[in-house]
Amino acid sequence: MSEKHESHETSETEYKGSKNPFVAWVNADPTPEEAPWTEEKLEALRAGETYVREEKPVITEEERARRFNKVYKPLAVVLCCAFIALLVFVCLYTPPFGATDVPTNNEVSFKYIEDGLADTGATNVVAGMILDYRAFDTLGESSVLFTAVMSVMILLRKDRDGSLVNDPAEDAALAKEEKISVQHRDVILRTMAGIISPFVILFGIYVVLNGHISPGGGFSGGAIIGAGLILISQGFGSAKTKKFFNFKVFTIITSCSLLSYAALKCYSFYTGSHHIETGIPHGIPGAILSSGFILPLNIFVGLIVACTMFGFYSLFTKGEI
Amino acid sequence: MGLFTDHYYEIAAVVLFGIGFMGLLLHNNLIKKIVGLNIMDTAVYLLLAQRGMVFGRVAPILGDNLTPSAEQYINPIPAGLVLTGIVVSVSVSAFSLALTHRLYKKYHTLNLDEILLKSKKEKENKEKAVTH
Repeated sequence: MSEKHESHETSETEYKGSKNPFVAWVNADPTPEEAPWTEEKLEALRAGETYVREEKPVITEEERARRFNKVYKPLAVVLCCAFIALLVFVCLYTPPFGATDVPTNNEVSFKYIEDGLADTGATNVVAGMILDYRAFDTLGESSVLFTAVMSVMILLRKDRDGSLVNDPAEDAALAKEEKISVQHRDVILRTMAGIISPFVILFGIYVVLNGHISPGGGFSGGAIIGAGLILISQGFGSAKTKKFFNFKVFTIITSCSLLSYAALKCYSFYTGSHHIETGIPHGIPGAILSSGFILPLNIFVGLIVACTMFGFYSLFTKGEI
Repeated sequence: MGLFTDHYYEIAAVVLFGIGFMGLLLHNNLIKKIVGLNIMDTAVYLLLAQRGMVFGRVAPILGDNLTPSAEQYINPIPAGLVLTGIVVSVSVSAFSLALTHRLYKKYHTLNLDEILLKSKKEKENKEKAVTH
C-alpha cells in the first residue's frame, strides 16, 4: 500500500516538474481508463493539495483562449474593414470601367485579335489564345487538375485491406444506405436523370467540339459532361456507372489525354523558337474541322476535366472511383 | 460620387474579396473557411473580367468576320486568366475539402480550435508514452 502511495507521489512530482501546464492538465484529466477513482488516488488527492492546485492551468488555458477570441475577433473585423477601405481607395485611381484607352488594352490583345485567325485558324479568339499561343499554360492547368485529383485520391481512397482510412461502422452504415437506396430508388430523380442526362452529356460534347468556333471549349464542356455523369450516378446508383466508368477507365483516359496533349503540342518548342512554318492546315475558318490542333487539344482537355469532376464526386461520396 | 459610378465593378469585387477574407479569419468551422476562400476567388474573377470590358465592343468570337480589327472586340486576355484562376480554385478547394474530410474522420469535429487542442493533447500523450 505504502509503495503504491509513493509511486503516486513520484508521478505528482512529475506533474510539478513539468514546466508545461498543458502536460499537467492532460495528466489531471480523468481518461476512461482512469475514470473510476481508486481509493489510492483519492487518498493522494486528499494528501497532496498540489494535485488540486495543478488543475488551475485548465481554467487559465480556456480563459486565455476566450480572451484571445475576445481581442482577435474585433481586431479581425477592424483589419478587414481597413483592408477593404484601402483597396477601394486604390480602385478609385484605376482607369474607369469600360474605357477604351486603358493600359490593359495594349498591343498584346491587339495582336491576339487581329492576327489570331491567321495564326491559329480559330474564330474563337480566346480558344486560339489558350490552346495555341499559350498552350503550355493550359497543359499546366490540366496538370494541376490531374495533381489535385491524385492528391484527393491519396487522401480519400479506401485501402484494399481497409486498414488505414476505413471505419468499419461507417462502412457498414454506407453499405446499408446503398442497399436501401437501390431497393427504394427515388422515382422522380431516376426518371428525370434518365430524360435529362443524355442531353446534358450531348450538350457537353457539343461545347467541347465547337470550342474553337463558338464560346466554350474543353474546360466548360468537360465540366458539363462531368455533371451529366454525376447525374447518372445519382439517379441510377454507382453500380451502374461503374460498368462503364471504373478506376481503370479513369486512369487510362486521364493519363492518355494528358500525354497526348503534351505529345501533340511539343512541336511548338522546336518550330516556335525557330520561326518555322509548321505546315498544319488551318482549314476554312468557322468549319468544325479547322484551326489545326485546337480541336483535338480541346477534346483532351475536356476528357481530363470530365474525369476529374466525376472523380472528385465519387471520391468524396464513396471513397473510390 | 462620380468616381464611385466609374468603378462600381471594381469596388464590388474588392468588397467581395474583403467579405471572403473576413469569413476566412472569423469562422472556426473549416468548411466555412473554404467557402470564404472561394468567395475571395470569385472576387478575383470579377476584378479580372471587368478589366477586359470595353463599352460598345463585343466578345472576341469572330464568326463571319474574317478581317477583325482591335476596335471591334474586347480584350481576350482576362478571359484566359480567369480560366486559369477557376481551375486552380477548383483544385485547391477539392484538396482542402479532402484534408478536412480526413481531419473530421480523425477528430470528429470541424472546429479548428478543437482540432488543434485535440492534436496538442495527442502529441503530449505520445511524448508521455515515449518518456515512460
